[in-house]
Amino acid sequence: MEQTRRAVATRVPLLPFMLKHRALYLMLVPGIIYLLAFKYLPLLGSVIAFKDYNIYKGIWESDWVGLKYFEQFFNYPQFTRLIRNTLAISFFQLIFDFPAPVILALLLNELRHIAFKRTVQTILYLPNFLSWVIIGGFGYMLLSPQSGLINQWIQALGGEPIHFLQSPGYFRSIIVGSGVWKDMGWNAIIFLAALAGISPALYEAAKIDGAGRWKQFVHITIPGILPAVMLVLLLRIGHSLDLSFEQINIFLNPITYSTGDVLDTYSYREGIVRLQYSMTTAIGLFKAVLGFLLLLVANQTSKATTGQSIF
Amino acid sequence: MQFRRTIGEKIFDSLNVIVLIVACITVIVPIAHVIASSLSSPQAIIHSKVSLWPVGFNLDNYETVMRNGKFWRAFGVSVFVVIVGTLLNLAMTVFTAYPLSKSYLRGRNAVLMYIVITMIFYPPMIPLYLVVKEAGLINSVWALIIPSALSQFNMLICLTFFRSLPEELFESARMDGLSEYRMVTRIAVPLSTAIMVTLSLFYAVSHWNSYTASLLYITKEALRPLQLYMYYIVARNEMSDLMSTVNEVALTTSPQGLQMATIMVATVPIVLIYPFIQKHFIKGALIGSIKE
Repeated sequence: MEQTRRAVATRVPLLPFMLKHRALYLMLVPGIIYLLAFKYLPLLGSVIAFKDYNIYKGIWESDWVGLKYFEQFFNYPQFTRLIRNTLAISFFQLIFDFPAPVILALLLNELRHIAFKRTVQTILYLPNFLSWVIIGGFGYMLLSPQSGLINQWIQALGGEPIHFLQSPGYFRSIIVGSGVWKDMGWNAIIFLAALAGISPALYEAAKIDGAGRWKQFVHITIPGILPAVMLVLLLRIGHSLDLSFEQINIFLNPITYSTGDVLDTYSYREGIVRLQYSMTTAIGLFKAVLGFLLLLVANQTSKATTGQSIF
Repeated sequence: MQFRRTIGEKIFDSLNVIVLIVACITVIVPIAHVIASSLSSPQAIIHSKVSLWPVGFNLDNYETVMRNGKFWRAFGVSVFVVIVGTLLNLAMTVFTAYPLSKSYLRGRNAVLMYIVITMIFYPPMIPLYLVVKEAGLINSVWALIIPSALSQFNMLICLTFFRSLPEELFESARMDGLSEYRMVTRIAVPLSTAIMVTLSLFYAVSHWNSYTASLLYITKEALRPLQLYMYYIVARNEMSDLMSTVNEVALTTSPQGLQMATIMVATVPIVLIYPFIQKHFIKGALIGSIKE
């Protein structure tokens, strides 16, 4: 049926085909316009990085200024700080937040007790549904030097209360920790699915050959989950500089700018609050290029070492 | 299945259970601490006596939050955005996914490519802000709805599902003279209620939880949705308004207790529907990951 339709379709010229199925094409129009307006137009609007944005002239009519804003940004005293913070936080997230769900999935996979497994999953999936404002509130309460639970424990052990949210030294740990707290359970789902996809026959055969659980884990489970891990890792590296603005912004304050101010939070303050549109767009473009380079490097490395790649 | 376990395996199994229990406790403790604080007296909070159980139990914090007109206004804005936004999302998703699920549609791959490109290259923050601004949406509740009218990812989930519906069904409906629009509303959608529920929940939770759009596009206090209202209370410590309500009624409250009570009230809708949404979300996450 489908094949005959397709064969007919290729013989009919395009225009009569489109007229005949105009209802289907019309349905696509809102979606196409939406993506054009809110995805493609902002991408094209990045040209204002090379222009002097003028409120009255708008994005397209403003005057060209070449690389002025890139130079301004590169020579900016905070340039190195922003780059260092962005790279450091994305690096720490990659080495802590990324493996956590993989490890969790492997641990859950070894559980024999189904009811216990379900309970653990239900509890660990919950934080994913809480907003960053709510989790930020939890953080403020828990880490408060006057009444927070953590400082109660520190004091009970004879220590001095620590101003966690007001010390630059703790900022990155708080971001990485809260990221694990919110997403570990939920992100494990995809790896659990990969583990469930491993054929039980492989385990049976290994058992008959006398392989213990450790041997089965090393020779069946790990190779079974590796393609999914590499795929998710590559996708993540591609967007690793798109740090969660919602997350960092909720914990950030002027005292922690030195370790926590990243390209996105800075763009928000300078762009939206202080109206430096062209300069902050230049920052966004710079970030996009840097992220793309990271993805290329990761993709090539992965292709050469594990054979996995996304393009 | 397992007949004999070696000592090493027994040790591993016990450690495994302990590690997972610790992980669960790490999730529960912050929530319990916040609930306890929101129900405790200010003296108990200031003298850090509250850990996981309320001390000096009272509901004054909640009463103050509930008496606050601004809280309810923000709550109303959020409810409006969730309802109208989700309905628009569903319409956009279904009507984009349906034509693309027809393998005979010419130009289908081009449109799919057009969509996938927007999933790889995110729209940058500032130019997107300028587009929203030039569209005249700043300080309009529609700025929280229209710029997120469609999730490409959810559309692909819907598309995958529509593709599994038998084409014969639509074929015979076409014979009976049903228009394509009717086929979407009368056949495709009713046959995929499970996926419709999943997608509605995906959209509704993301509308409820988001604060970036309102932080960028809303500067009028009256139009703040709940998450932005809480953002100012929690992260910017703007408590004067809530505290003035306290003075009027002379209740025993504390700034922190009030903050936590506000947060709990916003958390309750999510926690109430969580057991119901969990299994739908997992289904959706799995369809989505297979698609990847």
